[in-house]
Amino acid sequence: MSILLDEQTAVIVQGFTGDKGTFHAKQMIAYGTNVVGGVTPGKGGTRHLERPVFNTVKEAVAATGAVASLVLVPAPYCTDAVMEAADACIRLVVTITDGVPAQDMMRVKRYLWRYAKERRTRLIGPNCAGVISPGKAMLGIMPGHIYMRGTVGLVTRSGTLGYEAAAQMQALGVGISTSVGIGGDPINGSSFVDILALFQEDPETDAVMMIGEIGGPQEADAARFVKEHMTKPVIGYVAGLTAPKGRRMGHAGAIISAFGDTAAEKAEIMRSAGLVVAPSPAELGSTVAQALARRPPRQVLVAR
Amino acid sequence: MDIHEYQAKELLAGFGVRVPKGGVAYSADQAAYRAAEIGGSRWVVKAQIHSGARGKAGGVRLCTSVVDVRQAAKELLGKTLVTTQTGPDGLPVHRLLIEEALPIARELYLGLVLDRGRERIVVVAHPHGGMEIEEIAQREPEAILREVVEPAVGMQAFQARELAFGLGLASSQVSQTVAVILGAYRAFRELDATMVEINPLVVTADAQVLALDVKMSFDDNAMFRRPNVAELRDHAQEDPREAEAAEHGLNYVALDGDIGCIINGAGLAMATMDMIQHAGGEPADFLDIGGGASPDRVAAAFRLVLSDQKVRAILVNVFAGINRCDWVAQGVVQAVREVRVPVPLVVRLAGTNVLEGRRILEESGLPIITADTLAEAAERVVAARRSSPPDPLSVPERGNVESSPPSPGGRGGQGVRTSNANAPETA
Repeated sequence: MSILLDEQTAVIVQGFTGDKGTFHAKQMIAYGTNVVGGVTPGKGGTRHLERPVFNTVKEAVAATGAVASLVLVPAPYCTDAVMEAADACIRLVVTITDGVPAQDMMRVKRYLWRYAKERRTRLIGPNCAGVISPGKAMLGIMPGHIYMRGTVGLVTRSGTLGYEAAAQMQALGVGISTSVGIGGDPINGSSFVDILALFQEDPETDAVMMIGEIGGPQEADAARFVKEHMTKPVIGYVAGLTAPKGRRMGHAGAIISAFGDTAAEKAEIMRSAGLVVAPSPAELGSTVAQALARRPPRQVLVAR
Repeated sequence: MDIHEYQAKELLAGFGVRVPKGGVAYSADQAAYRAAEIGGSRWVVKAQIHSGARGKAGGVRLCTSVVDVRQAAKELLGKTLVTTQTGPDGLPVHRLLIEEALPIARELYLGLVLDRGRERIVVVAHPHGGMEIEEIAQREPEAILREVVEPAVGMQAFQARELAFGLGLASSQVSQTVAVILGAYRAFRELDATMVEINPLVVTADAQVLALDVKMSFDDNAMFRRPNVAELRDHAQEDPREAEAAEHGLNYVALDGDIGCIINGAGLAMATMDMIQHAGGEPADFLDIGGGASPDRVAAAFRLVLSDQKVRAILVNVFAGINRCDWVAQGVVQAVREVRVPVPLVVRLAGTNVLEGRRILEESGLPIITADTLAEAAERVVAARRSSPPDPLSVPERGNVESSPPSPGGRGGQGVRTSNANAPETA
């Protein structure tokens, strides 16, 4: 299995019957994701997109055996939905929702820690494009066709810059094992380090590209992790070289407010930790291709 | 979101934090009335702008008579104050805070922040206040006190006591300080703040502990549930274009360059700005039109970018994920016909239905320069900006664009690259 999901993973959608839930559930089903149903409180017992609708996540899990959930509910109710999923033993929750209050994120992360490690929920997002393992399944809102199946792990804060990287890689014939959007908020469910650790252990991943941006200590933490714990090559980029100090650049977390927050500082920290940093955002794909070319060919190819 | 000092003090006072006697004034008469109402013989007149370092910029006046207060208010109101934090344009002073001036024995620092690394609220204190925290941290880093708050239970009284004793306060002042710290924490927690800074927190000559200056910032994402905070927003302290952008669901930040940017997604927008600089140009703005690039939003984006007189070329870069490129292209064509764009326009589309999108642009008959890749887009817009006459279509409302011909190196010293030999011919 890829790091987080594959074509067998049983998925539900929270906020299933809304416009967004309907649209993206259709896209995920068309891509081959095993969507087994959804949750909309008050609509339990009905059917939607030829699948059952439940009032609660616990009911959905009991009836379908779902282990993953895509949360597409509005920001005021988002962390409630995440906690509901965690309490129902959902192992992977991806939330796309933009605009979740930072203190809600602080509390929801604390809540997830109340469960024993063996059954703890992994949260991806909010404010992200989701997760895709090309050719297998997607749990998110990305356009599936721009991702080619392959052996590079991709982890980004930004949705569209992640698309740009995937498209550049596809144009050069470089495929992706899994792409994870961790989101542009100040507090993310999963950090760069969390995802890098998964890629390091993943037999289907040979190299990793991580794309960060201004604001926060995460990219520096990730660079340190790469230096100390990773044997696979990691290629980095940090967006926002031209961003001014103290201004929020779209994402809630993209603001230069402390030492080490700028793109130039982060890129330098990455370089000094041994990462290859793409010289410009137009060279995301080519820098990965060059790094792969420097590696010896794989002895055993993963069956596809 | 930021608020004014007087507003922050009113909010904190509601949580039991003691502040000096004072009140807001919008006019010199009102300032004089406030001073008389407060009583005493010494007052401070403080310009209310969304910036620190106001004292050094002349925005804080000590007065010893009501006549002085009126005079200081007259001088400050309507003035634009430039501090080390406002940028060269400064911020307008429309409101004043009139306060009693207190005899001060000690100045301390107290700050609460949402620490992104720890993902916790952290309370920071230092025995020497009155300076910027960066400066304090540099001079005496070993004296910084920190308490990390456990989100499941909130801040505990013992943590506040540890800070208060750590600051070296006398026992009689510790309980007052604990009340300030716990009050500030509750305000932070219950109002969805991202920062509360009391600097300085003072001990007066008669051993009272008060918040002398207060700064508060709030989480924009939480304002839907904090209407009493959201209504404190002062649009006069914000760039009018940024406020207008927000009304259209756009994210706009004005920058110093001359290449206007219209992009979907914050990360791609920053990367495109970086690419423009890499190609030898300078972006005029950050503009994220969000996921749904509808024709209305695209048109609003064009109007916004063109309202910046510096703009000499525009780059539209949309990576259509959920959208389709043909739909985005129709939006661009419709917007360009509607808004009339008097500067060169480069459009790069990528993603779903890209070929159909390009065909719509090409068949529109509009002078749109297309590009396939991010690199091409940046090179073409930088080249187009260089060949762009200072006042391309002599549109009257854009008539005050600088009249000198464009210099080959672009604006300013940064990113100047005179060789442009490998820039492709524009389509």
